[in-house]
Amino acid sequence: MKTINMSYFAFFRDLAKKSSEVVSTQAGTPKELYQELKLKYDFNLCPSKLKVAINDEFKTFDTVLTDGDKVVFIPPVAGG
Amino acid sequence: MSLTIGNTKFEITDQSLENRNYRELFADPRVGGVVTFEGRVRNHNEDKDVTSLEYEVYPELALTEGKKIVEEALAKFDINNAYCVHREGHLQIGDMAVWVMASSEHRENAFLACQYIIDEVKARVPIWKKEHYVGQEPIWVRCDKCASHRHHGEH
Repeated sequence: MKTINMSYFAFFRDLAKKSSEVVSTQAGTPKELYQELKLKYDFNLCPSKLKVAINDEFKTFDTVLTDGDKVVFIPPVAGG
Repeated sequence: MSLTIGNTKFEITDQSLENRNYRELFADPRVGGVVTFEGRVRNHNEDKDVTSLEYEVYPELALTEGKKIVEEALAKFDINNAYCVHREGHLQIGDMAVWVMASSEHRENAFLACQYIIDEVKARVPIWKKEHYVGQEPIWVRCDKCASHRHHGEH
């Protein structure tokens, strides 16, 4: 098991009803982690529309997660 | 209010963007053209009456990505300076949400750089907006359409 520091923003924060939490998981990648959170919080955005940040940098969904990583799933952005 | 420039190219603020003094950003006497863009909150979107907009920002990544975009514009176009500031928080109709500036010796490059920055900021920087309407639940713009509804198809 590894410990992941999750932060939630916007659409995901509303669904999770929290802005951060520490998650214990066996997920090896953000792709697997998203599937777990999808079940837990009913996250219903198609993964192809999402981006992911690990430790405040954009990464791919198959990046290997390390114990203590900060992970943020990024729904479609809408600045401006 | 004067602006701290230095190495700052991109800024997020919860303060109003009105009445700021930006002149020092393009004080270089070689500058002959200054193009600025203001994005403001409008009262409608796709046939819905919008009452206000709530901007939420992932600050750490928004600042690095925003700065990267402005630096890309500085490298891509022959400009003298460029800058972008974006609001966070709850904005009302008519409020300024984003301000972009590009300055150059001649106007063409400043126009191109300004357009590049606003287009890339809208596409890449982790900022979200929740639209509030008259008589309807608010929605996160661009998220509602890609959400699959669990009960879709059930009658």
